[in-house]
Amino acid sequence: MKSFSYERASNAGQAAARAAEVPGAMFVAGGTNLLDLMKLEIETPRHLIDVNGLGLDKVEETEEGGLRLGALVSNTDLAADDRVRRDYPVLTRALVAGASGQLRNKATTAGNLLQRTRCPYFYDTAMPCNKRSPGEGCGALSEGAFSRQLGIIGTSDSCIATHPSDMAVALRVLDAVVETVTPSGATRRIPLEEFHQLPGDTPEKETALMDGELITSVVLPAPVGGKQAYYKARDRASYAFALVSVALIRQPDGSGRVALGGVAPKPWRRPEADAELPNGARAVMARLLDGARPTEENTFKITLAERTLASMLAEE
Amino acid sequence: MNLPIEFQLRRRTLLIGTAASAAALRFAQTAQAQTPVSKPAGAEKSAVTMTVNGETKTLELDHRTTLLDALREHLKLTGTKKGCDHGQCGACTVSVNGTRVNSCLSLAVMHEGDEVTTIEGLGTPDNLDPMQQAFVDHDGFQCGYCTPGQICSAKAVIDEIRAGVPSHVTSDLTSPIEMSGPEIRERMSGNICRCGAYSNIVEAITEVAGEQV
Ligand SMILES: Cc1cc2nc3c(=O)[nH]c(=O)nc-3n(C[C@H](O)[C@H](O)[C@H](O)COP(=O)(O)OP(=O)(O)OC[C@H]3O[C@@H](n4cnc5c(N)ncnc54)[C@H](O)[C@@H]3O)c2cc1C
Ligand code: SF4
Ligand code: FES
Ligand code: FES
Repeated sequence: MKSFSYERASNAGQAAARAAEVPGAMFVAGGTNLLDLMKLEIETPRHLIDVNGLGLDKVEETEEGGLRLGALVSNTDLAADDRVRRDYPVLTRALVAGASGQLRNKATTAGNLLQRTRCPYFYDTAMPCNKRSPGEGCGALSEGAFSRQLGIIGTSDSCIATHPSDMAVALRVLDAVVETVTPSGATRRIPLEEFHQLPGDTPEKETALMDGELITSVVLPAPVGGKQAYYKARDRASYAFALVSVALIRQPDGSGRVALGGVAPKPWRRPEADAELPNGARAVMARLLDGARPTEENTFKITLAERTLASMLAEE
Repeated sequence: MNLPIEFQLRRRTLLIGTAASAAALRFAQTAQAQTPVSKPAGAEKSAVTMTVNGETKTLELDHRTTLLDALREHLKLTGTKKGCDHGQCGACTVSVNGTRVNSCLSLAVMHEGDEVTTIEGLGTPDNLDPMQQAFVDHDGFQCGYCTPGQICSAKAVIDEIRAGVPSHVTSDLTSPIEMSGPEIRERMSGNICRCGAYSNIVEAITEVAGEQV
C-alpha cells in the first residue's frame, strides 16, 4: 500500500473543496472496497478524507413523500429501516443479497454505488486493463480469458466489466436520484440512470461525478407500491456476486418495471422493456437485451436473465 | 441478438500489452490520465485512542495500519486472525461499538474513540463465554483458525436476529424474525471454515440462541 495522509471532514462542502484541492485525495467511508484496492495498489490515494463525521447517516422523509437516504447510512441500517422494508422492499431485498453481514455493517450508500468492478483482470495487476491503466488493453478480451462473470450489454471494445452492486439495481428500478455537493459548494441532483456511465473508449471514467464531488444522499421518490422482488442468480447461495440479478416491481394490472444487475457496466433498465411486462419474460428480455454482445463464456446470461424473470413472474 | 464478440482485435491488444511493453505503456498512460502524485499531502502517522476489551489504548500508527494489524501487531492480541486480508473470509471479525466488522478492511486511524471487543475480551480459559463453551461442546472447530472470527460473528448474529435486522432468507420483511437454522446459516456466510466445521458451528449457535430466549 502507498502511504497517505489523513483528515476527518466535518463539513460536506469543505470536504469536496479539499478533495479537489489536495493532490491524490480520495474520500473514505466504510473502506470495504477502497482499502481492498489500496492493498493491491489498484487505488493509490495519497490523502484520505474520512467522511464518517459528516452526519450523513440518517434516513429522512422528504416533502414529496419519499425518503432521503444519507450517503453514510450503513447497508445494514438501510436494509433494516422500517420505511424501506414497508415501502421499498426491493431495496431491502437487494441489500441483503449483497456481501456478508459484517461487510454490510461497514458498507455505506455512497460507497456501495461507487464500488469498482470485480472483473478478475482489473484485480490482477499482472494483466492489462483499460480501466486501471487507460490504453493498456483489456485482459478480459484476450484469447482464452475467463469472461463468464463479465458484461453482455452496454460494454465496449475497451471494457466488458460489470458494475457489481446489488443495491444500485434496486435504486435504478425505484428511479432514485443521487444528491451531491461540488468542490465549489454547489449542489447537484443526478438521476441514477445518468449516474453510472458506459465505458466507450474511456472505461476509467465510471460516473457522472466531477473531481472532488461528494455524494451527500440518495433520494427515493414517493413509494410506487406493487409487488417488489429481487432475485440474484449466483454460483453459491450466499456471499457471491451476481451472475444475473433481477429487480422487479409489478402492479396489479400487470404493468411494472424491471432492472438487471450482473450484465452491464451499470444497472440495466429500458422503458421499452418495462412496457413489455404484461407480455411475459421473453418479450421483456427481447427488448432489454437487444444488442447484447456476450462472449462465448457468458452468452448463458441471456437465457439466465430470461428464465430468472420468468420464474419471478410465475411466482405471483 | 448478435453473435459473441470475436477476438481478433483483442488479441492484438494483448500482444502489445505483454511484458516490458506493458510496463512502459502503463507508466506513460497513467501519467497522462492523472497527475502523478508522489507524496502524501501531510503526516503519514497519527495517534489514535480506542477502548479495546475495556482498556483504553493510545497508539501512534502509520495510517496504512488496519484495525486487524493494530490489534495483532501493536497490541499483541493475536486471537483475531488474518486469513485473506481482503474481506472474504471473516477470520478477522471483531465487534466495534457493538456491531461485527471485518477488521482487515478498516483503518485503525478511523477508530478514534471506538470500543473494540476481540475474542480475548469475551471470556478467559477459566471463564468461557457461553458461545465459546458451546463451540467446545459441539466440536465447532478443527484447526481453530477461523474460530475467533466465527465466535465474534455468531454472538452478533443472535443480536441481529433479535434486533429484527432482515437477512436474505427472511421471508416476511414486516414481521419478527425467527431464530432458525436457515437464518443462522445465511448470516454466518461471511465466515469461511476451511475445515468444514459448519454443521457443528450451527449447532453451537442454535444452542446458545435457545438458552438465551
Ligand atoms: C468479499 C466481498 C464481497 C462483496 N459482495 C458484494 C455483493 O455481493 N454485492 C454488492 O453489491 N457488493 C458486494 N461487496 C461490495 C461492498 O458492497 C462494497 O465494498 C461497499 O458497498 C463499499 O462501501 P464502503 O462504504 O465501504 O465504500 P469505501 O470503500 O469507503 O469507498 C468506495 C468508493 O466510494 C468513494 N466514496 C465513499 N463515500 C463517498 C461519498 N460520500 N461521496 C463520494 N465518494 C465516496 C470512495 O472514495 C471510494 O472510491 C462485497 C465486498 C467484499 C469485500
Ligand atoms: S473488462 Fe474492463 S475491467 Fe476487465 S480487464 Fe477489460 S478493461 Fe479491465
Ligand atoms: S482476514 Fe479479514 S475477512 Fe479475511
Ligand atoms: S476450524 Fe479450521 S478453518 Fe475453521
